[in-house]
Amino acid sequence: MNWKIPAALLVVALAYPLVFRGNFAINFGVLVLFFALIGQAWNIAGGFGGQLSFGHAVFFGTGAYCSTILQLKLGWSPWSGLAASAGAGALVGALIAALSFRFGLRGSYFALITLAFAEAFRILTNALEFTGGGVGLLLPLKRSALNFQFAERIGFYYTILALTAISIGIAIWLQRSRFGARLAAIRENEDAARALGIDTFREKVKVMALSGALCALGGTFYAQYYLYIDPAVVFGVDKSVEMLLVSMIGGTGTVYGPLIGSLLLTLVGEYTRAITDAQGLSLIIYGSLLILIIGFLPNGLVDLFKLRWRRKARA
Amino acid sequence: MLEVRGLSKIFGGLRAVDSASLDVAEGTIAGLIGPNGAGKTTLFAALTGFLAPDEGSVRFRGEDITGRPPHLICRHGMVRTFQVTQPFAHLSVRENIMVGAYLHTPERALASARAEAIARQVGMADLLERTAAGLTVAGRKRLELARALATQPKLLLLDEVMAGLNPPEIDELIPVIQGIRSSGVTVFLIEHVMQAVMSLAENVYVLSYGKIIAQGAPRQPAADPVVIEAYLGHGAAQRIAATAHA
Repeated sequence: MNWKIPAALLVVALAYPLVFRGNFAINFGVLVLFFALIGQAWNIAGGFGGQLSFGHAVFFGTGAYCSTILQLKLGWSPWSGLAASAGAGALVGALIAALSFRFGLRGSYFALITLAFAEAFRILTNALEFTGGGVGLLLPLKRSALNFQFAERIGFYYTILALTAISIGIAIWLQRSRFGARLAAIRENEDAARALGIDTFREKVKVMALSGALCALGGTFYAQYYLYIDPAVVFGVDKSVEMLLVSMIGGTGTVYGPLIGSLLLTLVGEYTRAITDAQGLSLIIYGSLLILIIGFLPNGLVDLFKLRWRRKARA
Repeated sequence: MLEVRGLSKIFGGLRAVDSASLDVAEGTIAGLIGPNGAGKTTLFAALTGFLAPDEGSVRFRGEDITGRPPHLICRHGMVRTFQVTQPFAHLSVRENIMVGAYLHTPERALASARAEAIARQVGMADLLERTAAGLTVAGRKRLELARALATQPKLLLLDEVMAGLNPPEIDELIPVIQGIRSSGVTVFLIEHVMQAVMSLAENVYVLSYGKIIAQGAPRQPAADPVVIEAYLGHGAAQRIAATAHA
């Protein structure tokens, strides 16, 4: 195992806010890590496990609402809320997986059912009173680290760095563990996996629970960072697409794909908005770039690195 | 070791397997032959839990395993290979075999070592780091065998591992299968390549239209008029007998 890459990345990430102190730079770092986290959450189920979901927002929103409601109604600390939301995300993940896989849904049918669940959750939170309905929920401003509301953005930066590091650590573990090998087997050929003694139902439920838990952590972080959530944003299709996009652009089923994808997409997203005022132009650039990458690097940006390694190896 | 009694699998109006009964004794190599579409693969699928039998029972190592899911049957010691090879295409040969080896150990190093040992046993030690998708037909067949062996089965069900191989490749594989049996694994194989059946199996069952129509030492069913007719059509046995006399 080569520990140099993760160690170097960690050093760079730890040093980044100390070198680039501006609010814009730190906010940029937070966004990159945030999308890398939820992209990795998607990647663990979709990339490693081969269970393509189109509705991961259901876990994201569950996390965001879980910790927020616990704070507002029961006065929980958001840090306990963070743990609770991971539990809730895992539970929802296991539940959706158990229902879908019990009835043998695979491939695009599974993708559609996850989308349906996300939409159902969005509509429910929109209609129910204790979730604040369509108006959403506003967290009162109480700046303190104990309250998961840092006076300095750098506090958020290191929090999301820790969460993202955990998600990448899990991805590294998946590459090297029996659970990961079983997921790869299921992704590649489910019948062969069953023949070799793998309880495919159980493993798929497990990976969805894991993915749901990580995604819910992202949801809680989002709620604490923006202090406001509403159903359309946290359960919306946009969130689901953002997650699978960073993963696909970077490279699905790889450890660093979501991070690379998030870095590029956040760069493009933030800077096209910064350099031009023309309405919609940033979206046009963003969209064209996506087409180019998917057209020329269908396995994601990690292929660029692999090509270089291969050339080096040959030379 | 394996006792099958009155096993049937029905698809609509078709009895794909029709009250088949058979026994596989421990430490032997048994064969299952029969014309195309006789129901051989369906029978294997019903034995290993991929299809739920509609009638009858399967006893394996003293336990009734009828209708259990495949992964539990595999854990109990019976594993099958697929006629149409089902490799984990994007994984390396080593990773493919490790999936099987992980059944009995969570340790990566141990699973990897077992994969290497098994690759040597089936003659693909040089191919360990190759991606499964890049293997030849012969390579894929061996990989099927290797993965199944890695689960440390008591009974190995081989579904046409020789099909699609050329004669030298078949000659190479026959001692491999004999070696598996000598290592204490009972083998039950579906085979069209008669050369393989004749040199490997001690006991052969013949399946036709879902029914077991003959059984015995390999040469015995091959001379059985019922079997000849099943393969070559009605009246074939008589014509062969006539030309033999003439």
